Amino acid sequence: MDNEANKPWGKLIATGTVTAMLYTLLFAFEKDVLAIFTRTDGLYPLLPIAAAFAFSFSHGAFTGYFWDALGVRARPVVQERSDGADAL
Amino acid sequence: MEAQFIELTAGNVAFLLIVGFIGGLVSGFIGSGGAFVLTPGMMSMGASGVVAVASNLCHKFPKALVGARKRHQFGQVDIKLGLVMATSAGAGVWIGAGFMEAVRRDYGEAGSSLYVSAAFVVVLTLVGLFVLRDALQAMRSARDNDSDRETTHRFARWVQSVEIPGTMMTFHVAKIRVSALFTLPLGFATGLLASTIAVGGFIGVPGMIYLLGATSLVASATELVIAFVMGLLGTLKYAMDGFVDIRLAMLILLGSLFGIQLGAIGTTYVRPYMIKLVTAMIMLIVAVSRALVIPVYLGELQLLTLAEPAARLLKGASFAFMVAALAVGAFVIVGAMLKGRRLPAGP
Repeated sequence: MDNEANKPWGKLIATGTVTAMLYTLLFAFEKDVLAIFTRTDGLYPLLPIAAAFAFSFSHGAFTGYFWDALGVRARPVVQERSDGADAL
Repeated sequence: MEAQFIELTAGNVAFLLIVGFIGGLVSGFIGSGGAFVLTPGMMSMGASGVVAVASNLCHKFPKALVGARKRHQFGQVDIKLGLVMATSAGAGVWIGAGFMEAVRRDYGEAGSSLYVSAAFVVVLTLVGLFVLRDALQAMRSARDNDSDRETTHRFARWVQSVEIPGTMMTFHVAKIRVSALFTLPLGFATGLLASTIAVGGFIGVPGMIYLLGATSLVASATELVIAFVMGLLGTLKYAMDGFVDIRLAMLILLGSLFGIQLGAIGTTYVRPYMIKLVTAMIMLIVAVSRALVIPVYLGELQLLTLAEPAARLLKGASFAFMVAALAVGAFVIVGAMLKGRRLPAGP
């Protein structure tokens, strides 16, 4: 049963705030960010990858808590296959 | 080549958020999806083809990472199988990209598009029909026997029975033991298809099910590991030429991470044949979409006479079919989830 006390409201707000800050920074400085992130010298090509990881960790956690808070959670049972490979 | 970056409008942002969400939902459920709508969608906004591909890849690897992590929590991801497949998939992407470049050089943009569309139609029709047939059989069997257990396809049973000393690998989550001489070409074909039509999962997922004997749950979850590795390498390659539009990539990611979490949760509510059914439906609708534009490219190559309004109509219908493929997939997934949530918990 979904218990209101078990819902991750604090984590949802924390990750949501960090995600909102990341997106705000990206679009507030849109032109500068684009100019820097498309540089091809030195280690600049790693910037889009670093940004993608940062956004995914923060926003990925936020979306996970979001569905959790809404009560959309996984069913605990995973289906099994019927052949004899279990012995591996 | 200098990259062209577009001005973002409210309409563009809304499109990227919505398609990102639906693409993420489908990816979380069947292991891949979204790219075939997002890439042409970004191009229709004015982004150049290379920026659209690069930006799509840059949202794909973090999305796949989040999806893989989620499905790993459900015990569905075989990380070792994913990494082994990704190794040869990388080689497939590399060779496929070189081949695509040669086609573009020798036959021009229309020749390249014709090749991509023909590859889409042939591969997706053949594999899609095969998966659909199997999904319908599994659906009947589940209804008749009230059983959710998936049986290993006879071809996979043969593959698992082949013992080649020094090449055998055991994959504990997938519960299979096969020779690397089977996983390597399968990974290679996945990468080759990914570099051609941008959706390697249409070979990777059926391949892991019918060739290696993984369940549809494990295959679709493990495909996310392959997508992560290929997306990461692809992004790096394009970033080194300055083609990644981080704004587009992060906007798609904004919607798609909501979708992929929901799709991943969805796999725990549905019967296993649903994954095959949704995969087959999307593959076949996308095949129709690409078949519709083949006359357009034949016209551009002057192998066929086609009036401009007819060409525009076919292109529009093709894009509409691609959007429909995602929408139908999302509709079926959400419907199956809602139905699954009403059923009592499994054994």
